[in-house]
Amino acid sequence: MATEPLYSTKQSPLPKAPTGIAGLDEITDGGLPQGRPTLVAGSAGCGKTLLAMEFLVRGATQFGEPGVFLAFEETADELTQNVRSLGFDLDELVAQKKLLLDHVRVERTEIEETGEYDLDGLFIRLGHAIDSIGAKRVVLDTIEVLFGGLSNANILRAELRRLFRWLKDKGVTAIITGERGDGAITRHGLEEYVSDCVIVLDHRVSEQLSTRRIRVVKYRGTTHGTNEYPFLIDEDGISVLPITSLVLRHEASTERISTGITGLDEMLGGEGVYRGTSIMISGTAGTGKTSVAAYFVDAACRRGERALYMSFEESPSQLMRNMRSIGLDLAPWVKKGLLHFHSSRPSAYGLEMHLATIHKLAKTVRPHVLVVDPITTFLAAGSSLEAQGMLTRLIDFLKVEEITAVFTSLTHGGAAIEATDSSASSLIDTWLLVRDLEARGERNRGVYVLKSRGMAHSNKIREFLLTPHGIELLEVEMGPEGPLVGSMRSNNRRASRRRSKGRGARQ
Amino acid sequence: MTATRTPKTLAELTTGSPPDPEQWDLRLYVAGKTPKSVAAIANLQRLCDEHLAGKYTIEIVDLIAHPHLAKGDEIVAIPTLIRKLPEPIRRVIGDLSNIERALVGLQIRARE
Repeated sequence: MATEPLYSTKQSPLPKAPTGIAGLDEITDGGLPQGRPTLVAGSAGCGKTLLAMEFLVRGATQFGEPGVFLAFEETADELTQNVRSLGFDLDELVAQKKLLLDHVRVERTEIEETGEYDLDGLFIRLGHAIDSIGAKRVVLDTIEVLFGGLSNANILRAELRRLFRWLKDKGVTAIITGERGDGAITRHGLEEYVSDCVIVLDHRVSEQLSTRRIRVVKYRGTTHGTNEYPFLIDEDGISVLPITSLVLRHEASTERISTGITGLDEMLGGEGVYRGTSIMISGTAGTGKTSVAAYFVDAACRRGERALYMSFEESPSQLMRNMRSIGLDLAPWVKKGLLHFHSSRPSAYGLEMHLATIHKLAKTVRPHVLVVDPITTFLAAGSSLEAQGMLTRLIDFLKVEEITAVFTSLTHGGAAIEATDSSASSLIDTWLLVRDLEARGERNRGVYVLKSRGMAHSNKIREFLLTPHGIELLEVEMGPEGPLVGSMRSNNRRASRRRSKGRGARQ
Repeated sequence: MTATRTPKTLAELTTGSPPDPEQWDLRLYVAGKTPKSVAAIANLQRLCDEHLAGKYTIEIVDLIAHPHLAKGDEIVAIPTLIRKLPEPIRRVIGDLSNIERALVGLQIRARE
């Protein structure tokens, strides 16, 4: 039913109902348990109702499974209004009999209890709703309201147990939402009754940035991601971020692509980098990282490929002006629609939102090459653990999509360059270091390949020149006091020329 | 279903629940012939005969036969007794075995 899944549905013996929610099907390895109830717990305002509603809407529109939404808190009109901003037109679905919204009003003040009772009224009502549109999916949001409306908890608990069993017998895939309780998953212990799949939503604010998170606490009889995953609610509904593959199984390309700098290609086994790998360019401020990245983009556009440049420090026009000073004109590629810029401040929003932006742009632009310049300020938007996780997810995503990625990384002077980036190291396939070579009152640039997976690469430091005609990499000449760069190189040349002349005169 | 009657007199409007209204319209929702349903019907009959003799009507709705009626009166629990008249609407759930609570719930007797 689902199209192009990243997961394999064949491996799992447990039938699953895909939610169609971006990312959720990946972490649940295919969706929610089909024909069984799933508990979605979370505190107020963390997106339970929305998740449940999207499950129904996607079920109705993408998987041909009509759904019933039994709301205990909001009326049908309120629900319709609330999700309209996410692009869901419930009225339309209701008219097509793909969706049925029913509001159950329970108010304790109106109810006097006079003896034995059960919840057959609710069963009949739900059963009637399910049968009237042939529903395959059901949402009960939030059934705990009943605990407020009816005082006999014993009857209620027995009846809830019966309800969930009944839902199973009906064969509908259900989402039961529950309010988060102190020290327990839900306030009234619903997790006792719904034991097949439990998902917890959370909403946290750290360093003034709020992040929603989702975690599959339990999923009986199947593998699932156990981590907390950030998720977003935006104009397209929920996206659980990111689409992390639980296993490394992307195809590795053997195709090599040029970096756009001849000298650099030479250092990388003479052929450049592998397509679909991640390249990191580290260096202190002003060492020419952006220039290298821009050349990479230029080379891609020359090959007729699309490129996406995420700039977190410069505006597109500033960047293009600066690149013109080293003989690189990117404007024609923008005009041709091959090069897309996206500039924003890293502090504009949290890491997840940035990641979501990259995901979305990558899906719409479908670039062959992606530049994130620089990844460091961007990673500074979250804690180092978050940043590391985010980078992993980003790189995973790019690899699956076969996008060659270039990250620039600003390292701080003083600290060992290799150490500063150690957290990212394992994720990067090709790592270039641009560093200062200071000697005799001069500051020159040197570049070397720190690592490059799967290829023979140069172990030499090369001098790196930014000229009005582009980037040039020169072989470093060795003098008695170390590498000769900048004016030492030209002085040495002149001296050696004089020496050879002098020798010729004497002989 | 019977249409709800609008209050006729100013007295009815202001007091909300007149002390001795002319007419009591009661509707009992059950689901099939379960022991609870049977008990509720019997208890309701006895309650009405003892306290509302000659001025009541009882309508019994079996939701098994008419499931679509559950929505109209917001039925969750079974049995549910709805006092349609006199207004405002009151509801009582359970098999009415606790006559005292039923009388209070229907406001036949004041809460003590």
